[in-house]
Amino acid sequence: MVWYIIQRFLIMIPTLLIISAVVYFVIELPPGDYLESYIAELQTQGETVDPQYIEFLRHEYGFDKSVVERYFHWLFGIFQGDFGFSFEYQLPVSDVVGDRLYLTILLNFVTIIFTWIIAFPIGIYSAMHQYSWGDYGLTFIGLLGLATPNYLLALIMLYFANVWFGTSIGHLMDPEFVNESMSWAKAQSIMEHLLIPVIVLGTSGTAILIRRLRANLLDELQKQYVVTAKAKGLKNFRALVKYPLRMSLNFFISDIGSILPALIGGGEIVAIVLSLETTGPLLIDSLQSQDMYLAGSLLMFLASLTVVGVLVSDILLAFLDPRIRLSGGSTK
Amino acid sequence: MSPTPLPPPGQKLEHYVAEAPFDAMSTERLTEAQERIYLASQWKLMWWKFKRHKLALISAIFLIFLHASILICEVIAPYNLETRNSHAVYFPPQGIHMFHEGEINFPFVYGTERELNMELLQWNYTNDTSKRLPVRFFCSGDEYRFWGFFDATFHFMCPPEGGTLYLLGTDQLGRDMFSRIVYGARISLTIGIIGISISFVLGITIGGIAGYYGGFADLVIQRMIEVVSSLPNIPLWLALAAILPVNWSPLLVYFGITVILGLLDWTGLARAVRSKLLSLREEDYVLAAQLMGADSGRIIGRHLVPGFASHLIATATVAVPTMVLAETALSYLGVGLRRPITSWGVLLNDAQNFNVIALYPWLILPVVPVIFVVLAFNFMGDGLRDAADPYK
Repeated sequence: MVWYIIQRFLIMIPTLLIISAVVYFVIELPPGDYLESYIAELQTQGETVDPQYIEFLRHEYGFDKSVVERYFHWLFGIFQGDFGFSFEYQLPVSDVVGDRLYLTILLNFVTIIFTWIIAFPIGIYSAMHQYSWGDYGLTFIGLLGLATPNYLLALIMLYFANVWFGTSIGHLMDPEFVNESMSWAKAQSIMEHLLIPVIVLGTSGTAILIRRLRANLLDELQKQYVVTAKAKGLKNFRALVKYPLRMSLNFFISDIGSILPALIGGGEIVAIVLSLETTGPLLIDSLQSQDMYLAGSLLMFLASLTVVGVLVSDILLAFLDPRIRLSGGSTK
Repeated sequence: MSPTPLPPPGQKLEHYVAEAPFDAMSTERLTEAQERIYLASQWKLMWWKFKRHKLALISAIFLIFLHASILICEVIAPYNLETRNSHAVYFPPQGIHMFHEGEINFPFVYGTERELNMELLQWNYTNDTSKRLPVRFFCSGDEYRFWGFFDATFHFMCPPEGGTLYLLGTDQLGRDMFSRIVYGARISLTIGIIGISISFVLGITIGGIAGYYGGFADLVIQRMIEVVSSLPNIPLWLALAAILPVNWSPLLVYFGITVILGLLDWTGLARAVRSKLLSLREEDYVLAAQLMGADSGRIIGRHLVPGFASHLIATATVAVPTMVLAETALSYLGVGLRRPITSWGVLLNDAQNFNVIALYPWLILPVVPVIFVVLAFNFMGDGLRDAADPYK
């Protein structure tokens, strides 16, 4: 088991390295750099630009070095906890991002738990009552959730929350807590504000999980051992929970890997609409203003979140099903 | 054959000679219905199986009609894409009526009056039920250039003389939402088609190389797939879309976005191709082809791919809605397509804040076709997946 976990960790390292290279390449792609747009901005405002000052900045931020050198500089910086410097905010990236990282992780974590709690009973119900009205209805609602763009759902909920309850559901906490340190009251406020984004985000993942669980359970329910169990007089429900459900649990956990990228991506967009204090709004701003180290670090963070999510699901799976760790390969 | 009476003892038994011509297959003969199934080609079997999934069939028909409509959206839309009416800004949806005071009429719309609400600085539109304006069908309206070849004015449906026909209201410039949604389909749906074609080609090529050659190539490609699919799509799309140069023309941006969407979505297909190839390449018919001297391109293209093309189509179908939704999301956030190119996402971009929903709720109507298209592709994909292996 320990060996499996170590092995799984080692596989993750090259993956993360390649991802960092891809991310850096992507943010380096646009022609020009932040300094050039900065100079252009100064010039349009009629200010004179001191070439020596520009040269100083260029050297300071490493724009006079080659792309590869800068990449490695950035990469080694990350290892030391230095994510670079945000030009837009004139602050180190880690200061700009601050709590947003934890809030993003919290949001995604709670959403996954929510998705499970909703999808699990519905999936079981649908499988046990195949082709019933309940099955059709629930499947359809699930699909509707999948088909409705999250951000519009967020917008509509924002509106109805305002009309019906007179509250604003944007943001992740009440305004007075924004720059406060964590306290019980702040945690409570975050929990209250978390509800709507989690529901909005959960709608799309739930549909996928319901369909997978249903299909999987239906396959299992046809197998001989279930027939035997029923022939021996086991109640329907018990015959389901005892074995087939355990088999499909595997699937449930390994699915984190496949829904996580979509979930995190969707979360970013919903965060922009609801102006949540997660990484979403920062990411789009930084991309548009070519604030490359901020954008790169955020992208890297989001990608690592998925990679680590998959890692966790693989390890959980190995605990759950000994066959996986004995065969030693990754689950993909 | 009726039993013949036995001959008297001592005499020869008579021979029985059947008069019907000899048929060696008589016991194995199939009924007509069975024969139909046994002789049907794979594609025919798939069609029969697909037909049984009613929802998938309806979705397929719906999608075919929708995709056909993008060829003639000039004719379907009552107005042109950019026809403005400064007297009808934020005009609410207008109903077509058939009945007036209990009488059946030719479909008509009521005339409208407008007055300025000085407190809110907003136009209020009211129906004037005394005026009944019949809607015109198969008529001539706004002039457009059809496919860039010739000018025409023919529409299926036109606003009545001296009146307006805003089925889904108008936007802040007084442009008809219904017409804009019809035109938007052209962009939104082609993005799905072109995007999936790109990822289809990439997926088959990359997955084909991995599955057929195996070994080192397989290892590298596997790693590559893992990296690409662990990148959260939307942030990466955002990043790539945001870096498209500002001075590109909207049309160039449209192609850029399409390519970007296609470039990141091939992993699912590549994985499917790879795993299928790995199992199929051990088959005898591949060995036979190799012995006859066919090169690997021919073996993959002529012998292997047709064997699981149906699976690929099913996988690709399910991937189309992702692209449609992704385009919508990017344009909604303002980093996707740029005006004057109009897609459903660009239209939704007008519904940015919730004041719009409070005051002009019809501006979020472009989401309805998005939902229908995504649902239809999902149902059709389900049906295709079930039908993909008709021998089961």
